Amino acid sequence: MEDVTNAVILILNFLFVPGLTYGCQLALGALGVTLVYGILRFSNFAHGETMSFGAMISILAMWWLQAHDVSIAPLPTVLLALPVGIGATILLCLAMDRWVYRFYRRRKSQPVILLIASIGLMFLMNGLIRFAIGPDDRVVGDGERFIINAREFRRATGLAEGLAIKTSQGITVVVTVVLVIALFWFLNRTRAGKSMRAYSDNEDLALLSGINPDRVVMIAWILTGALAAIAGTLYGLDKSYKPFVYLPLLLPIFAAAIVGGLGNPLGAIAGGFVIAFSEVSITFAYRKFIAYLVPESWEPEGLVQLLSTDYKVAVSFVILVLVLLVRPTGIFKGRVL
Amino acid sequence: MSFLTGEGMTGGYGGADILHDCTIAVEKGEIAVVVGPNGAGKSTAMKALFGMLDLREGQVALDGEDISGLTPQARVRKGMGFVPQTSNVFTSMTVEENLEMGAFIRDDPIAETMDQVFALFPVLAEKRAQPAGELSGGQRQQVAVGRALMTQPQVLMLDEPTAGVSPIVMDELFDRIIEIARTGITILIVEQNARQALSIADKGYVLVQGRNRFTDTGAALLANPEVRKSFLGG
Repeated sequence: MEDVTNAVILILNFLFVPGLTYGCQLALGALGVTLVYGILRFSNFAHGETMSFGAMISILAMWWLQAHDVSIAPLPTVLLALPVGIGATILLCLAMDRWVYRFYRRRKSQPVILLIASIGLMFLMNGLIRFAIGPDDRVVGDGERFIINAREFRRATGLAEGLAIKTSQGITVVVTVVLVIALFWFLNRTRAGKSMRAYSDNEDLALLSGINPDRVVMIAWILTGALAAIAGTLYGLDKSYKPFVYLPLLLPIFAAAIVGGLGNPLGAIAGGFVIAFSEVSITFAYRKFIAYLVPESWEPEGLVQLLSTDYKVAVSFVILVLVLLVRPTGIFKGRVL
Repeated sequence: MSFLTGEGMTGGYGGADILHDCTIAVEKGEIAVVVGPNGAGKSTAMKALFGMLDLREGQVALDGEDISGLTPQARVRKGMGFVPQTSNVFTSMTVEENLEMGAFIRDDPIAETMDQVFALFPVLAEKRAQPAGELSGGQRQQVAVGRALMTQPQVLMLDEPTAGVSPIVMDELFDRIIEIARTGITILIVEQNARQALSIADKGYVLVQGRNRFTDTGAALLANPEVRKSFLGG
């Protein structure tokens, strides 16, 4: 019996908790991508760098706070700095819209042209961010490191396996839940939110109803900027901040948004968890888990790992391709907020 | 002077002209119907009245005011309601949300108007929490008309409201339109089903190739042997 408990704790510790955290990070990123797609009808490749920008500003503000001995221990200081990151990222999004996207929107350009423009912005920001903060690895978290410590868990329960939950993981999950509830409340209960859904559903009819498209686009960028800054900062808090990780992060984020149905916020969240848990569970080494459950003589010799962790990216890519082949609209039907 | 007038309208979508010196007018509280064969420019004429088409010549006036230069959105604010022929509801939103969005430009309470719409179309009250995309064709048209009524328009313009609905639903819809007209709202309809539409019309316009061919009261047009022979199938 104790072996079974150990096996469950092992899975919780190394698969479920990291998967849940990663899923939240992807879901927040995918929500931003899906919002832009739902309103502006193009895939925003600059979203990864927008997240990176938000994280960078949060870190700069955090350093300033730390230099002035401001602390909210046991919580990490970066949470206090986050509003600055959010504000700056919203301004960045509005500026990008004002000086780049609006030009193409007024010309009624094809979505692919806006997409290419977003790739240009992605490279531009990528460079500027490295100029500003440098390419180094930055540790973001301070304050209490663990909510549940593995060693103390083992001592308290007497089990061989420990369960550790990092503060950053707890914060990620709580913030994601709060944000998602707030976002859905906004979209389904407020006049501005409903007007965004209406615009996303039927642009011409929204215009006939007197909905102001400029306002809808502005709100979309404000939400996207806030989501990006929060997602980027939480990702940095959990893993440490490296400017170059946000470009490869685009693939699982887009995979999540497309798997769930591009343009559908509920889909973005579901897609985030589908991608995260697939990546984590396929690259997980099950050897120890099986060893707990089978007699000693049956114990596997290899790692019992379906794919090496180096191929993590391939998992989201394969899921993306499969979804596009089998059900291009995604789990939930996409296109509409 | 009629309440809504499009006088000598000439223009098209950028290429060749579709409308040629076309005149359409509706009196306050009356029903005017525009009929004609396919490609006669019926819908185009309605779009011209609503400002969705650049007119080279002619002008549009509402209640004596020249509104030729206004955008469709500005005309909505002036009291014009428009029900497009297709994609005329927000399919992913509930019936109630559709009506709410119809009233987007209003700042005053909208509950009373919504109750009026529900009184006019009782089935919508039953389905108020259902997404409009899940409704039948006839019910969708009711949502579309209801959405346009939410702005409390003075003029309601309907582009082929009975396209693709069954004859029973069609009769029902025409009855409702008459009811709406009785509340003092001016109505302009473009219709494919010429006979039924003319039978409820105070005034009828027969367009052919973007030109006025016959203009008379609905009853007179129905009785006109030439109109009957050419446009009403005998």
